Amino acid sequence: MAVMNVNPTRMELTKLKKQLITAVKGHKLLKDKRDELMRRFLETVREAKTLRETFEAGMKRVNSDFLSASGVMSAESVDAALLYPKQEVYLDIDTQNVMSVNIPVYNIKTRTAHNSDIYSYGFASTSFELDTAVKGLSDLLPVMLELAQKEKAVITMADEIEKTRRRVNALEHVLIPMYRDTIRFITMKLEENERSSRARLMKVKDMMIEQQIEYKRANR
Amino acid sequence: MAKICCIGDRDSIKGFAALGLDIFVCEEDEAADKVLKQAVDNGYAVIYITEYLAALAKKQVDRIDKSPDLCVVPIPSVKANSGIGVKRLSEAVEKAVGSDIIFNKESTK
Repeated sequence: MAVMNVNPTRMELTKLKKQLITAVKGHKLLKDKRDELMRRFLETVREAKTLRETFEAGMKRVNSDFLSASGVMSAESVDAALLYPKQEVYLDIDTQNVMSVNIPVYNIKTRTAHNSDIYSYGFASTSFELDTAVKGLSDLLPVMLELAQKEKAVITMADEIEKTRRRVNALEHVLIPMYRDTIRFITMKLEENERSSRARLMKVKDMMIEQQIEYKRANR
Repeated sequence: MAKICCIGDRDSIKGFAALGLDIFVCEEDEAADKVLKQAVDNGYAVIYITEYLAALAKKQVDRIDKSPDLCVVPIPSVKANSGIGVKRLSEAVEKAVGSDIIFNKESTK
């Protein structure tokens, strides 16, 4: 039994009772938060998993396309074709609040107006394998961004769930029992004080009565 | 307006350059940490890094994971897919749930 180091007074008792009510309320809320976060988390993880599988399969295809392109073309011409991009990509980052966890939302912005305007080279001196590879990669870009978003969400939510779980446990197994025990301790102590003062009063009364009897006897 | 970049060996990431992402070529193992830190300092919000380099710069990656507005995503390189990306997710599940209930089934298959 863990009892806090407090004075057993009525004031402390009222204060502790208030604190206990708050702690119980907080515990309930945090528990709800944990459950809801867990539900959302599992949902997000499943989505992230599918995205990652799609992304990795896509990357495999794209990489093999690039390899075959570099088989046909010289390394220099591949570099020359790719390394001066026409397109530029920016991100607009918003945040979404999921159970007080801030999760980023990425919106992609491109410099050139049309999404399919991706080839940064002329078609005359490059092989068609390179076109396939670049097209595949460009199609993969939205998946990549969504994957980044989901993975970030998964990692932040995992942290938050762990933190919330610890808080719930601390409240459930440490704080609330401690408040309860202390409240019981103070109530007992107050009752004990009351009993002892009553006993003292009765004793005094007895003594006074005895004195009076003796006084009367002496005066008779 | 935030930017996106890619870190990795030349062959793995040059395709991303065509899409308009900024690329940082990193061929030496020792430089992985430094290049990643440089990318963060230059204000890139989303960083794609090859799994091989992500494993080398694990400390830096963990630090980025803790920061709310930065995001690092491992991508497979030309040479191999080491499964670090899936492992990261599975670790997160284990942290949150207590045991890995989502990726576990796959590995036993």
